[in-house]
Amino acid sequence: MPTVAEQTGTEEVHPDVALVEAARNGDQAAFEKLVRQYDRQIFRVAQHITQNREDAEDITQDVFMKAYGKLDQFQGNSKFSTWLTRIAVNESLMRLRKRKTSRTVSMDQDVQTEEGSIPRDFADWTPDPEQQYSSSELGDILQKTISGLSPGFRTVFTLRDIENLSTEETAEALGLSVPAVKSRLLRARLQLRERLSRYLKRKDGSVRP
Amino acid sequence: MTCTEFLAQMTDYFDGQVEPELLSEIQSHLCECHHCEILVDTTRQTIRVYKNHQVYDLTEEVRERTVQRILAACTGRKSVSASDQR
Repeated sequence: MPTVAEQTGTEEVHPDVALVEAARNGDQAAFEKLVRQYDRQIFRVAQHITQNREDAEDITQDVFMKAYGKLDQFQGNSKFSTWLTRIAVNESLMRLRKRKTSRTVSMDQDVQTEEGSIPRDFADWTPDPEQQYSSSELGDILQKTISGLSPGFRTVFTLRDIENLSTEETAEALGLSVPAVKSRLLRARLQLRERLSRYLKRKDGSVRP
Repeated sequence: MTCTEFLAQMTDYFDGQVEPELLSEIQSHLCECHHCEILVDTTRQTIRVYKNHQVYDLTEEVRERTVQRILAACTGRKSVSASDQR
């Protein structure tokens, strides 16, 4: 069976490929480097989806433990971080399904809704929202706002706009087509914008007609 | 270009993935339509404020504990302290 390095050639090989190869051959330091490189990203993705800190901590551990057990299955066709993110998304959705309190449990649920697809609020925002609220106030607003989105929308927004995955990587991590990611991203952005507008629009009454 | 037509192109416009001819139509529309101009501006701000202000993050203490647990479970490496075990 060809190695990852042989499959991907020697040009433009992502440094993670060598680390994965080393970890697969028992190099503990290489695996630790991979963990420390992506643990925070995996945690953020998990918490954005589950909206629960303890679940997100557990999922972060589970993701790396699963990844370690499946290192042989990593083909190097995608980035290691995208591969990890896909595991994290699946683990997070499974955790949501187990929690009876969760209203929605699938990537597809609620995405057919037209809510937020048509912008209604055309008020100008204050130019610098960071000046309008303290850091913790703004954090509370952002958290409350994104938690109101369905998992399908907030996951796409998190991967694409917060974690900076490309549209193609987001599609791969979520098992969606590129057009589906674009469509969900547009609606996620519009819904967040509409909801944030309540807090960030100018207070001087300059609402546009 | 209508507002609905612009909305359909907004994701590609943000990603810089529209052809020059279409880009010129979009720019003309944004010059004429104040609602869409505000929509673009406030949507960009939405993305920026979430990017700049991480809502969730691991504290260093929890992070270290998590890393040690992962390494202990995967590689058999001993945790730094017994208190790390749940």
